[in-house]
Amino acid sequence: MNFFVLTLIKVAVIAFVLLTTLAYLQWIERKVIAHVQLRVGPRRVGPHGLLQPLADVVKLITKEGLLPSHVSVVFYLLAPFIAVMFALISIAVIPFGPVIDVAGVRTEMGLTDLGIGVLFILAISGLGVYGVALAGWSSNNKYSLLGGLRSSAQMLSYELPMALAITAPLLLMNTLSFRELVAKQSFYYFGFLPNWAIFHCPFPQIVAFLVFLVASFAETNRVPFDLPEAEGELVAGFHTEYSSMKFASFFMAEYANMVTVSCVATLLFLGGWTPPFPAEYGSKFIPSIVHAAAALLCFYHAANPARPFDRITLPVVGVVSLGIAGVFLIPAVQPILLPLFWFGAKTGAILFLFIWVRATLPRFRYDQLMRFAWLFLFPLGMLNLLATSLAVALTAK
Amino acid sequence: MNTILFLILAVVAVGCGINVILQTHPISSALSLVGVMGALAVLYLQLGGEFIAAAQLIVYAGAVMVLFVFVIMLLNAGKEQKSRARIWVRWAGPPLLLLFVGAVAYVLEAALPPSPPVRFGGFDGGTVKAIGERLFTEYLLPFEVTSLLILIAIAGAIVLARKEID
Amino acid sequence: MPALPLPAETPLAWYLVLSAVLFALGVAGFLFRRNIITVFISIELMLNAVNLSFVSFSYKLKQSDGHIFSFFVMVVAAAEAAVGLAIILTVFKNRQTLEIDEVSSLKN
Repeated sequence: MNFFVLTLIKVAVIAFVLLTTLAYLQWIERKVIAHVQLRVGPRRVGPHGLLQPLADVVKLITKEGLLPSHVSVVFYLLAPFIAVMFALISIAVIPFGPVIDVAGVRTEMGLTDLGIGVLFILAISGLGVYGVALAGWSSNNKYSLLGGLRSSAQMLSYELPMALAITAPLLLMNTLSFRELVAKQSFYYFGFLPNWAIFHCPFPQIVAFLVFLVASFAETNRVPFDLPEAEGELVAGFHTEYSSMKFASFFMAEYANMVTVSCVATLLFLGGWTPPFPAEYGSKFIPSIVHAAAALLCFYHAANPARPFDRITLPVVGVVSLGIAGVFLIPAVQPILLPLFWFGAKTGAILFLFIWVRATLPRFRYDQLMRFAWLFLFPLGMLNLLATSLAVALTAK
Repeated sequence: MNTILFLILAVVAVGCGINVILQTHPISSALSLVGVMGALAVLYLQLGGEFIAAAQLIVYAGAVMVLFVFVIMLLNAGKEQKSRARIWVRWAGPPLLLLFVGAVAYVLEAALPPSPPVRFGGFDGGTVKAIGERLFTEYLLPFEVTSLLILIAIAGAIVLARKEID
Repeated sequence: MPALPLPAETPLAWYLVLSAVLFALGVAGFLFRRNIITVFISIELMLNAVNLSFVSFSYKLKQSDGHIFSFFVMVVAAAEAAVGLAIILTVFKNRQTLEIDEVSSLKN
C-alpha cells in the first residue's frame, strides 16, 4: 500500500485512540481518587459516570471564550497551541508493538521509528516549556507570571535528572531507537527471567527507573510537584486567565505529557511489549485469564451489589470482559493484541501510579522542590550513570 | 521534493530572521529566533546531521533560548524606543546589506567547483554512533576542555547574578 | 499547475547562500538595534548561520568534522549565553536600563 495512505490511516487510528485515552484518563483519575478518598466520584452522567468526559468536553466547548483586554494577544493565543502541539507530537516516535501483518499489509505498530527517538522525546519535552512560560507571561497577571516562571524553572531543573536517568539504560543497550531498545530487552535470562532494563545484567537499572519516575512527575507538573498550578496556592498558576477551549488545551497537554512519559518509561525500563515470561510457559493466556478473573469478580459483586443499579451494570461489564477474554484466544489476532495488551498493561500501571500518588501525597513547597532536584536527584542520577558505565566497562568483551 | 522542502524551510528561516531584527519587543525576537532554530534543525536533518539536529533542538532551542525568554520575562523588558537614525538609513540599510551579501555569495558560488546535490540520506556520518566515535577519540581534548569551560561559565553566572547580602 | 523550474535535488550552494543571508541578518541586528538583549539574540543568529555552514561543508566533504565543530559551537554559545545574560542582569540592576546607548559613562 502507498506509504502516505498507510501513514495517514495510522495517524488517524493513533490520534483517535490517544484522544479517547486522554478523555477517559480523566474519568479514571476522578474515580480512583474518589475511591481512595472513600467517596464515589462522578456517577450521574451515564452509568458509573462513563459519559462524564463527554459532558466535560461539551461544557468546555460551549463556555464563553474570554479574551481579557490586558493580555498580549499573540502570545496569549499561541501558548496553549504550543503546549498541545508539543504534547501530542511526541506520540509519533513511540512504537506500540512489533511488525504485524494486517490484511496483507506488513507494517509496524507505531508511526515511525527514528534513529534518534530518545533524543526526539527529550527535545520535545524541552520545547514544551515554552507553552507554560508564554502562558504565564502573556497573561499580564502577577500570579500567572509567578506560576509560569516557577513551572518552567521546575520543568527545566528536572530535565537534567531525567536525561541522566535515560542515559544509563542507553549505555547498556547501545542504541537510541525505541524499537531496537525493546528488541534488546526481549531475551530471557535462564530461559524465563525477563531481560528488561530494570533487571538487565551488568547493572540493573532500578535506581534509574525511580529517578526517571520522580523526574517525570515533576516534568508533567503532577502532584507532589504541582505547586505552580495548584488551586489555592497561586490562584491557578499559569492558566489563571484562560477559559474554555484554551484551558482545555492545557489540561489535554498535561494528560498527553503523562501518557508520553509513561510510554517512554515502559519502553526504556520495562521492556515495552514483551511479556514477563516467554510464550513457552503460557504467557499467551495471561490476558484471557486476567479478563476472565475480572468477569468473575464482576459477577460475584453483581450478586451482592453495593448499589441497586449495579445489579444491571456489573453483569454487563462481566459479559464484556468474557468477550474480550475470548478475543484474546483467537490465534489470528494474537500477534496484534498480545503486544498491545502488555504495552497497555505496563503503561496503565505507571499511569495508575501517577493517579495513586496524586491521591496520596501532599505537595512540595517550591524551594523544597528545587533543592530536591539539584541536591538529591541530580547527584543520584550522576552516581547511577557512573556505576552503570563502570559495570559496562568492566564486563565489556 | 527535497528542493520544495528546502525552499519552504529557507523562507521560514529568513522570514523569522527578518522578524528577529524588525520586532520591537525582545520576546518576539527571541521566539522568532526559536523559529529560525527549528527551521535549521530540519535543514540539518536534510544534510544528514541527525545528532546535530537533535542537539540544536535540545540545547539551543530548548535550553539557551528558554534562558533568554526567562531573562526577558524577569527583567520585564519593554518595547524599544524608536531609533534615532534617519528614516532612509533605517529603511535602506538592511536590504542593502542583504543585497551585498547575496552578491558576494553568488560570486563565490560561481567560483567554487561544483558540489554534490543535497538529498536525504546522502551523508550517513552524522549518526550518533559516528559522532560519538570521533568525539571520544580524535576530539577528546576539546571535549574535556569544553566541559571545563561550561563549569567556569556556571561558576561565573552564579557569581554575577547573585544577590549581594550586605 | 505548471512545473516550476526547480532542480530535483538542492545544490549545496543554496545552503551556503542561506547561511550567508542569516549571518547578514544577524550582523544587521547587531549593528542597528539598541536593546542589549536583541543584540545578544542577533549574535546567536550569527552563530546559527555559521553552524549551518559547518554542516553543509561537512556534507560536501563527506566527513563528520563539521558536525563536531558545530556541536562545540553550540556548547560554547550556551556557556556564553549564560554568562552574558548574567552580565545583562547585573547591568540592569545597576543602571535600570537595557539600552546600550545609555551605558556610556566611560565615554570621553
